[in-house]
Amino acid sequence: MYVAVKGGEAAIRNAHRLLADRRRGDRSVPALRLDQIVEQLGLGVDRVMSEGSLYDRELAALAIVQARGDLIEAIFLVRAYRTTLPRFGYTRPIDTAAMLAERRVSATYKDLPGGQVLGPTFDYTHRLLDPELATGAEVAQPDRREDADAEPMPRVSDILGHEGLIEADGPLPAGHVTGDITREPMEFPMDRDTRLQALSRGDEGFLLALAYSTQRGYARSHPFVGEVRIGEVELELDVPELDFPVTLGRIRVTECQMVNQFKGSAKAPPQFTRGYGLVFGQSERKAMAMSLCDRALRASELGEDITAAAQDEEFVISHSDNVQATGFVEHLKLPHYVDFQAELDLVRRMRAEHEAKSADETHREAAE
Amino acid sequence: MSTQDQNIATYNFAYLDEQTKRMIRRAILKGIAIPGYQVPFASREMPMPYGWGTGGVQVTASIIGPDDVLKVIDQGADDTTNAVSIRNFFRKVADVETTTETAKATIIQTRHRIPELPLTEGQTLVYQVPIPEPLRFLAPRETETRKMHALEEYGLMHVKLYEDIARHGHIATTYAYPVKVEGRYVMDPSPTPKFDNPKMHMSPALQLFGAGREKRIYAIPPFTDVVSLDFEDHPFEVQKFDKPCALCGAEQVYLDEVVLDDRGGRMFVCSDTDHCETRRAEGHVGELGVKEAAE
Repeated sequence: MYVAVKGGEAAIRNAHRLLADRRRGDRSVPALRLDQIVEQLGLGVDRVMSEGSLYDRELAALAIVQARGDLIEAIFLVRAYRTTLPRFGYTRPIDTAAMLAERRVSATYKDLPGGQVLGPTFDYTHRLLDPELATGAEVAQPDRREDADAEPMPRVSDILGHEGLIEADGPLPAGHVTGDITREPMEFPMDRDTRLQALSRGDEGFLLALAYSTQRGYARSHPFVGEVRIGEVELELDVPELDFPVTLGRIRVTECQMVNQFKGSAKAPPQFTRGYGLVFGQSERKAMAMSLCDRALRASELGEDITAAAQDEEFVISHSDNVQATGFVEHLKLPHYVDFQAELDLVRRMRAEHEAKSADETHREAAE
Repeated sequence: MSTQDQNIATYNFAYLDEQTKRMIRRAILKGIAIPGYQVPFASREMPMPYGWGTGGVQVTASIIGPDDVLKVIDQGADDTTNAVSIRNFFRKVADVETTTETAKATIIQTRHRIPELPLTEGQTLVYQVPIPEPLRFLAPRETETRKMHALEEYGLMHVKLYEDIARHGHIATTYAYPVKVEGRYVMDPSPTPKFDNPKMHMSPALQLFGAGREKRIYAIPPFTDVVSLDFEDHPFEVQKFDKPCALCGAEQVYLDEVVLDDRGGRMFVCSDTDHCETRRAEGHVGELGVKEAAE
């Protein structure tokens, strides 16, 4: 005998208790501490900060533990927290030319002012599993160059810019106030500042795939890595009462300047154009993918034909946010029985009509 | 900031900060002023996933006060898991009284149903909306559809409905059936079954629609014309069920089909659980129901 289902509350409570148990796992294994995650899973922490749009390593680490290592879930936790924080103001633009760079490589020049600095990179490692890590072997201290040796590291775009061969940064349109996609609803077509914001918090995998598609011929952009740099930059805030900017602290960012060959169009002369990528923490893959997508999305600005998905702003930006995407895809597991009932009714009716009609036709054929 | 603190995070009444609420209330007021028009708003990330009612939750959080009585339904039922979750959320962050009785509620947040009991003046019905744009599946681009609304260019929608009739003999849209509001905007009523469409027309209650992921709010003020799109020779019709509710015997209500066994056994019961319970408490019994006293 069917009776109306009750007990949703108890079921949810019990499910969450089980989740907490599974999260903790075997109690005889020590629980993870946040500092262990911050120190030893740093790139995961960086991704959560970057796509969560909140620069706080400890909170990101907490989110990763709470999400059982599911980074998109962790990003979601961070976003839902950051959205409740008051907005005190907007910092000055960061000066990446003044970055304390731990890594800086250029693919367009063999050597350049400031030099090529490999830094902590997976590049050129042989991807062989290291059994010593499993046994907790000691790790030697790295060699570091003296700060005194460091020379200024101008941005590659400025080096090329002297010859006029590459498009300049360009002035802001008069009266342009920098947008904020977390405070204003997005509108298409977007300005480049808000578009870059959306790309910066966009899903790494999605942007990576789109960037890859441009390399394989869907909106090919002939890219060269002008440079990628990773390091710390200072954050400065203008306070109305003070006539000098106040330093808030430092953040680590990854910046990518992609340089793209461009044959010229009705709107722009032949020159090198640029795509830009900037993300929190250390994530070269994301910054590079972002810069390729940014360049592809500038198609209409540069007078190029829009032929591929990566150039389609509405398509790319509407689907780049993994918190939105995962929510809507996974909402399909919520009950839909009211709508399904309506469809069931329709299909039954159409099926009955269909059968009546074919029976009719068979009847007529037999009679003929 | 130290995450080791016990009080790492505190939240405002009804979760959202007051500035956000003000922004959302402005969008709601604009929506009420232009019935059926989708007002873009700076939707926030909420502590539940997009697609799970974030728009409705933001609208409710912005209009709820300590004296409100909240009812939350999903598919007509108060006890479906997501309804339970949202109700608990507001109990936790707003400490408001909640109810399952339609008549007692001042705010009813709903996913995909309108209660069977007619709503009254002073009540607010908050819909959770997944895709607010009725023209979305005809023209996937926002830039296109906004232009079509601005120009009141709804020919495409009528062509779609006409093609349904030409192909199937009737309009093959059973839920999220488009309506025209106050003779101007074509609006998506959210994926409610078209059975519920007539209840929107001239309702004494305020109807608010929130789409969090798509960042849109729209509204139907009380006593507003809401007409389901149709043709003179193919007038709009709602679903009819062959049988009354098996538990309470109600007729002219929307029913859920419940599978009883693996031999094709089915029963039909009220989708609106409060309606069904109220009727059974009043002594109505359906063919498979049991007398309340016997329970």
